[in-house]
Amino acid sequence: MKWPIFRPVAEHGLLVELGDRIDPLTHAAVLALDRALAARPFSGFAEAVPAYVNLLVRFDPLITDHRAVETALRALLRAPDTPVDAKAVRRVDVVYDGPDLDEVARRTGLSPEAVIAAHLGGSYQVALYGFAPGYAYLSGVPQEIALPRKEAALRGVPAGSVIIAAGQCIVTTLTMPTGWWIIGHSPTVILDAQGARPFLFDVGDRVEFRRVAS
Amino acid sequence: MTARMIVRFAGPHVSVQDGGRPGLARFGVPTSGAMDRLAMAAANTAVGNDPGAACIEISLGGLQLDCLEGPVSFAVAGGGFIVEHTAQTGGAQKEGGQKGGSWQVTTLQAGERLVIRRGPWGAWCYLAFAGKMAATEWLGSAATHSQSGLGGGQVVSGAEITVFEPRLVEGRVIPCPAFARPMTELRATLGPQDRFFAPDQIALLEAAVWRLSGAYDRMGVRLTGPLLVPRARLDMPSEPVARGSVQVAGDGVATVLLADHQTTGGYPKIVTVLDSDLDRFAQLRPGDAFRFRLVTPLAGLNQSRMMRTMRARWLEGR
Repeated sequence: MKWPIFRPVAEHGLLVELGDRIDPLTHAAVLALDRALAARPFSGFAEAVPAYVNLLVRFDPLITDHRAVETALRALLRAPDTPVDAKAVRRVDVVYDGPDLDEVARRTGLSPEAVIAAHLGGSYQVALYGFAPGYAYLSGVPQEIALPRKEAALRGVPAGSVIIAAGQCIVTTLTMPTGWWIIGHSPTVILDAQGARPFLFDVGDRVEFRRVAS
Repeated sequence: MTARMIVRFAGPHVSVQDGGRPGLARFGVPTSGAMDRLAMAAANTAVGNDPGAACIEISLGGLQLDCLEGPVSFAVAGGGFIVEHTAQTGGAQKEGGQKGGSWQVTTLQAGERLVIRRGPWGAWCYLAFAGKMAATEWLGSAATHSQSGLGGGQVVSGAEITVFEPRLVEGRVIPCPAFARPMTELRATLGPQDRFFAPDQIALLEAAVWRLSGAYDRMGVRLTGPLLVPRARLDMPSEPVARGSVQVAGDGVATVLLADHQTTGGYPKIVTVLDSDLDRFAQLRPGDAFRFRLVTPLAGLNQSRMMRTMRARWLEGR
């Protein structure tokens, strides 16, 4: 068995690799380790950053070291899986009025209504965060509307835009440039900086989209 | 009781910073906060603030402000900036102003102008007022996230700065410790994606003289030096990155990621700079030269522990 591989990251981290290709089993293993760490953190644990095939585990170098952290993580990997929070299905409303909806339809050979139906029919999961605060990459966009990103990025795309590219979907949380296809916008608050729970999604959560008129 | 200042001029990349917002990388949020955390803590503690209190991070572009209501003491620490502090009447500077540098505590009176500009060395300095500087918080911190402007925000011409409960602190020089000077030998651990590079490329990274390019902001600094050629087509899933990651883009150009870095990325990281060396690295300027020195994780950890202990003792001892 090649994995897990523990790769040191400066004096404060270990990158725990559980595979090298994006696939559901590898991601499930990343999420299981992430849950186990949250439930039973080792002494000196600082944070975990989950991604597709690996998890960055950061620690306080004054309290622990790479070797002790690796030992703790190996024990967590051997322990029985921590149950998934049964309530972690997040519902997100979408108004399908994006400026790129017609172009997505044209490029996929579908009608705009069929693009919407396909998007609503996807089985989404938060794969990882990246690019900007609150940008959750949702895997599970159906193959028939999976397009590569645009040639050029568009600047100043408003927060709340529902964008798709490369089989993934993001509900944006900031006004930022994007080269993804904008198919709608969402009135659902994904990042509430004042809230007790600022981020609607945690990595691994399931997401369901619901069509609304406005 | 408050003190009030108005910003007359601010260069690019001048912003409110504090100890940052750690622990949110899993939500795509970098820690942000001061580029030179030691200098910020030195400025804050010199005037009796918490080490991570909100203050102003000043770039090579500099800052000028006029005090409308005072007095309030302040400290400037970090780099070797020039700090001029003059009485101001009808726009003309009076005789008898003070000219000094970073690493001092002094007091600003109503009607005085404070000018901070680039000096002989250093890239960032910190202006901390004795008291509580009003600053908008975002996700629990006033640190400005440069790409969005969220947090305390960029400091721009015309902006007002308010300090609540301003205090007076006796003026003095803060001795600048040797470990606050720029670092020209950056210690780094290999990887975590060194496998994308042949051994000769790793050797080249360590042998070469590197320079900071002008493409330098709070997200990171692109380097000039040899191109590092990956041995295979770069085809890796997006992975978490850290402050200090040295990523190599498809064109072979290396970039050191800094305070406002994106939290995940699809470029391989050939080495990762020790976090405890990054504050000193941040005080290098575009064009300055440095080298990478590879250390084992254990050696890096020991270096870091020594540095952290030394810094903590120095901050407490003043």
